[in-house]
Amino acid sequence: MIKVEQLCKHFGKVKAVEGISFEVEEHENLILLGTSGCGKTTTLKMINRLIEPTSGKIFIDGKNILEQQPEVLRRGIGYVLQNNGLFPHYTVAENIAIVPQLLKWDKKRIEKRIIELLEKLHLSTRLLGAYPGELSGGQQQRVGLARALIADPAVLLMDEPFGALDNVTRSKIHAEFKALDELKRKTIIMVTHDVQEAFELGDRICIMDKGRIVQMGTPSELLFNPADDFVSGFLKEHKLQLELRSVQMHNIWQWLAIQPAKMGPGIPAETNVWAGMELFKFNQEDFINITHKETHEVKSASFEQLMSAFYQYKKQQAHE
Amino acid sequence: MNEQQSLWDFMRQQSGKLAEQTVQHIGLTFISLFIAVLIGLPLGVFISRRKQFSGPVLGVAGILQTIPSIALLGFMIPVLGIGAKPAIAALLLYALLPIIRNTFTGITGVDAAVKEAAVAMGMSKWQVLKKVELPLAMPVIFAGVRTATVITVGVATLASYIAAGGLGEFIFGGISLNNTNMILAGAIPAALLAILFDFLLSRLQLLNLKKLKTATKMLPLLLILLSSFYWLPSAYGSKLKAGFTPEFMGRRDGNLGLQSKYGLRIRTVVISDAVMYKAAYEKQLDVISGYSTDGRLRAYNLVVLKDDKGIFPPYYAAPIIRESSLKKFALLENVLNLLAGKINDSTMTALNYQTDYLHQSPEKVAKDFLVSQKLLRPAQNGNEGVVRIGSKIFGEQYILANIYSMLIKGYSNYDVATKTGLGGTKICFDALTNDQIDLYPEYTGTGLLAILQPSVKVIDSVSASSKATYNYVKDGFEKKYNIKWLKPIGFNNAYALMMRREQAKKLNIKTISNLKRYLDNR
Repeated sequence: MIKVEQLCKHFGKVKAVEGISFEVEEHENLILLGTSGCGKTTTLKMINRLIEPTSGKIFIDGKNILEQQPEVLRRGIGYVLQNNGLFPHYTVAENIAIVPQLLKWDKKRIEKRIIELLEKLHLSTRLLGAYPGELSGGQQQRVGLARALIADPAVLLMDEPFGALDNVTRSKIHAEFKALDELKRKTIIMVTHDVQEAFELGDRICIMDKGRIVQMGTPSELLFNPADDFVSGFLKEHKLQLELRSVQMHNIWQWLAIQPAKMGPGIPAETNVWAGMELFKFNQEDFINITHKETHEVKSASFEQLMSAFYQYKKQQAHE
Repeated sequence: MNEQQSLWDFMRQQSGKLAEQTVQHIGLTFISLFIAVLIGLPLGVFISRRKQFSGPVLGVAGILQTIPSIALLGFMIPVLGIGAKPAIAALLLYALLPIIRNTFTGITGVDAAVKEAAVAMGMSKWQVLKKVELPLAMPVIFAGVRTATVITVGVATLASYIAAGGLGEFIFGGISLNNTNMILAGAIPAALLAILFDFLLSRLQLLNLKKLKTATKMLPLLLILLSSFYWLPSAYGSKLKAGFTPEFMGRRDGNLGLQSKYGLRIRTVVISDAVMYKAAYEKQLDVISGYSTDGRLRAYNLVVLKDDKGIFPPYYAAPIIRESSLKKFALLENVLNLLAGKINDSTMTALNYQTDYLHQSPEKVAKDFLVSQKLLRPAQNGNEGVVRIGSKIFGEQYILANIYSMLIKGYSNYDVATKTGLGGTKICFDALTNDQIDLYPEYTGTGLLAILQPSVKVIDSVSASSKATYNYVKDGFEKKYNIKWLKPIGFNNAYALMMRREQAKKLNIKTISNLKRYLDNR
């Protein structure tokens, strides 16, 4: 869907991005992760040509975007900014309607689409006449997302979209983000410096440093097979939690003992280990019952049994 | 005229003129402002795009702002002549800086995230400017336009110096004529206009936040509407065009007398005497109200029309001095009278020619003259007190002040302090009565008409003879102000109508009556 080849961007002598290449599959969510100044935002902005590359090629759907008219290209790509970038002199409705108006949709179509999106994003229609300054941070970010999604672009670029939000609002929006059907049919590239966010939202993560890609892979690939010290160092602080989150029950299925179901809640095997552990903690359960989707086999486990299975899985990963 | 006349009476009496000047003033202000917005706004946008030009552009606009207004108006005359064009050009140059600077500041101050969002949304450069940058910068741009408006209303008073009309006609006429009501009749409406426009624009700006789009479109419309107020004064549409000073316009022995005694009807503009002669020479004007001893008369080859009905009273020059100063400086009267009768009309014209046209310093001209008259004595560097000499703000007075200064230093033990360039009659005379100067050269006609202001009957009876005029002002000043008129210097610097020599010859006009006949035979 999106293909980047040998992309470079030099600002004078500073090499912000230095020959990076990657591909993003359709409907995939790729996270560009790294410290500030690593070149992740520059890379993102070259994809909608807010920044023109020094050299290299970018293809979307097989078409070289550098040969397209930038304005037309951008109208087909959703863009969400950290500080939302809402127009302070436009109402919420006007802000959301910017792209359709550029595309010359008729009024009724725009209105219908706005109502539809507001519902999905849990925003009240009463906000339509309000100005961005009158909204909370979370509401502003949702309006920013609605503005990016309204014309239903195939590609969505997000530059630290949740960076300006407090922790509580952020995890709430993360949950909504994952549940939003609109986003499931989009190819998304998101920039963040927040490791937890990257692991929570990303199908694949691309760790960048000094303008280059250090490692690219699924969350568990990065965790269990870090390419070098930089990657393991980068993930170190949150390592255990990330590991528990990135491993699902069916990954450790073979190490769970087969025993008759005990009293306790049932969960599907797609649940990650971290979520399973939370049930013990918050619900004071002794056992949880896990159901395999395909075989409909049920295994139950105590906290200690779960942990032991997880460590055996880890040991095996390290040997591969 | 009646001294007790109140400001309100004056304004009512002159309401037609006041309305005309106000309308001209509004028109001048808004035409200039409109053009300044047309130029300044795009220029401000341009330098916000190409920042390397912002320094030079803002620098030049800033330099323009520092040029004194009168000087700027003066620069315009050789290029654009006199009248509305140079005035508008000068005013718009003053209005440019705040408009350019605020547009630049406003646009560069728009939140970068908002601009980036607009571009990322797929807006073209023009759309970003129109839909995002200009609306968000509008409050700052509006503040610039407000500043420019207030500046322009103020500077537009000076437009009357170059025949562009406006409330300056009353203000500068009033200063020349020692008529406070006239000054206020111009100054108060001008100040009110500035306050009113600033207020209205501030209202428009508030409205702006909510109904931004309509307000943005209304602004140019409003400017065009207000600009259309201005038209060139063309009351009589005659063949010849006259330029009179604001002082001449308001005087009985000036334009009023020309109208009542000669029945002269001529298309007239108000203009400063600083540019009047040149404008006549360059055929911008045909008839001007000059002074009969002015050096430029000779420089520009102009000829005086004979005052065959005698409406211009005699203007014999003589030093006037405080009685208290005469007591303080016992020798002073005799020293000052050394000059009595020494300078006739043609001598004075020649002296003025040397300063006004040959650009010699008044000091050098004064010295050369004293040498030629064998009156010069080396300065005694005395220390028995300081005599303060004042002068009005034109060449002849500078020369006279210098001559008196040299005489006093050479013939007495007094030192001298000169306070030259004291504006018009009112400023000079007030300085004298308030004991800020001891003496200055004054003219009998001015003393009669501008200071004593007796009844019309008295004026008519005394102004027929130069001697009667002198005696009348001498007595009047002594009684009323304790100020003494010394012996006349000799020349008569009276008002006179002038034309270019070759035109006067061609049309066979020698007297003011000739001029009237020519104008009537159309």
